[in-house]
Amino acid sequence: MSRRPRDPHHNEKIAAEFDPAADDGGPKLSRRSFLKGAGAAAAVAGLLGVQPAAADDAAPEPPLAGAAERLGPGPATFKLRINGATRTVTAEPRVTLLGVLRDHLGLTGAKLVCDRGACGACTVHLDGAPVTSCMMLAIDARGHEITTIEGLGAPDRMHALQDAFVAKDALQCGFCTPGMTMALSAALEANPNPSPAEIKHAIAGNICRCGTYPHVIEAALAAAQAARGQA
Amino acid sequence: MHAINYEAPKSLDEAVKLLAAHGEKARPLSGGTDLLIQLRAGTRRPEFVVDIKQIPELTRISFSLQHGLRLGAAAPCISIHENSDMRKYYPGLTEAAHLIGSLQIQSRATVGGNLCNGSPAADTTPALIALGAQARVIGPKGERTVPVDGFCLAPGRTVLQPGELLVEFHIPAPERHSSDAYLRFIPRNEMDIAVVGVGAALSLDVSDDRVVEARIGLGAVGPTPIFAAEASKSLIGKTLDAAAIENAARLAIAVATPIDDMRGTAEFRRHVVGVLTRRTLAKAAERAREANQR
Ligand SMILES: Cc1cc2nc3c(=O)[nH]c(=O)nc-3n(C[C@H](O)[C@H](O)[C@H](O)COP(=O)(O)OP(=O)(O)OC[C@H]3O[C@@H](n4cnc5c(N)ncnc54)[C@H](O)[C@@H]3O)c2cc1C
Ligand code: FES
Ligand code: FES
Repeated sequence: MSRRPRDPHHNEKIAAEFDPAADDGGPKLSRRSFLKGAGAAAAVAGLLGVQPAAADDAAPEPPLAGAAERLGPGPATFKLRINGATRTVTAEPRVTLLGVLRDHLGLTGAKLVCDRGACGACTVHLDGAPVTSCMMLAIDARGHEITTIEGLGAPDRMHALQDAFVAKDALQCGFCTPGMTMALSAALEANPNPSPAEIKHAIAGNICRCGTYPHVIEAALAAAQAARGQA
Repeated sequence: MHAINYEAPKSLDEAVKLLAAHGEKARPLSGGTDLLIQLRAGTRRPEFVVDIKQIPELTRISFSLQHGLRLGAAAPCISIHENSDMRKYYPGLTEAAHLIGSLQIQSRATVGGNLCNGSPAADTTPALIALGAQARVIGPKGERTVPVDGFCLAPGRTVLQPGELLVEFHIPAPERHSSDAYLRFIPRNEMDIAVVGVGAALSLDVSDDRVVEARIGLGAVGPTPIFAAEASKSLIGKTLDAAAIENAARLAIAVATPIDDMRGTAEFRRHVVGVLTRRTLAKAAERAREANQR
């Protein structure tokens, strides 16, 4: 079973295209124009609120070298691999991965809802596997490849699932959507031809207040079909 | 969450030294799916959180038909159900690990954390009890081996002393016609705490369908997970017919000491113990008959 992105350079490509440091350094779209113009597509793409932050050039330090380290209780500086780029973060060891993504790196696609692993709104990939980012310490994510909704696709280069969510009207308020999309994209990587039951199982940990489940399942089936068609 | 020190030892030796030095001021961190909730709620306030996932012995899964299974306490559930030996030889334990929370939780949660957290409703514990798993524990005073059926003492309390670390589980090699099964009852399809969980492991003599070995573990029907010793013993040497299964179910109900709570009444739980004991025995037997493990 594969838990790696199918295209090993997918993340890097997206990161390079959306590296704000590469041009004017400002956000590419304002929240307002985004919402006005692109509507659902924009929300699905999960790019709202992305803030510029330069990617480090240096390779990540091997976090596992040497003897037992002690970090904290004050802020520690460490590196994380996020959406194909190495990011340097200074945070206390108690800060969760979700906290670092949202509050330190401006990656607000992953949502904070229950803060106890029960709703799936904060789902990201860790080495291709879905995890609830509120349920792990950021410091514990060192040495792993993290992918957030911002790294999955972009408005002009949408992931098949993001296209399918728009086509099938699979969201209402959109708050659960990034988490749903990340849970489903991991599931489709592992199993490109899922049954409706397998799709339901993949999103058993994702709660939608608006009750969009039937459309979400349709969207996942459509995305799987589209992806298979391309392959 | 209060401020914490984070330490990540790379060897068992280092971990033992750190945990011994900190004593009650430290908690091991495995997947964190219980611990993070407890830290946030303030129900545990360790000064030191010792991440045990960089210690090779704790994350490995190694299996051989000669020596059986060594399952690292900190191997995430996802690595269990992605392991073909686990699915083939220990399908009951594998399905228990695959029931914990959601896939997101299973990417992190571990069987060791499930046991050490000490919940009577922990899903993998009855499955471990059924398989006769032994827990290898290491601490400031050296090593010891504790059977999983004696590991939990009370809700949230285990045999572990401050400074002690659960390293791995040892599970005997499967017999030729042996297998296991785990079932739980929850009021919804997924993402809930067991109202009742039952694990069963059987070894059969297929020439006359007699039971050579049987073990039944019960979850969520007492202050700790329970080894149903009498029910298990009652099956040995018997043909696994409806009467034998019914008798075992009755004996399993007899050792359950459930309470009334919002998930179900004690009476309902006793009833479900009977139902699930019958079903897990039938499922384990079906798998054992089909199995040809060596
Ligand atoms: C949304 C959600 C759903 C859940 N659903 C279920 C479910 O369906 N069934 C179920 O049984 N549980 C469930 N749980 C609880 C939890 O996921 C499990 O108990 C899990 O197996 C704990 O493993 P962990 O590695 O995350 O433990 P951790 O949180 O890392 O550790 C748990 C406790 O054990 C101690 N510990 C861990 N490893 C060791 C060790 N090797 N030696 C000594 N002490 C140790 C820790 O210090 C801590 O006190 C759920 C949790 C969440 C958040
Ligand atoms: S916010 Fe992480 S699961 Fe709900
Ligand atoms: S679309 Fe509103 S929570 Fe799912």
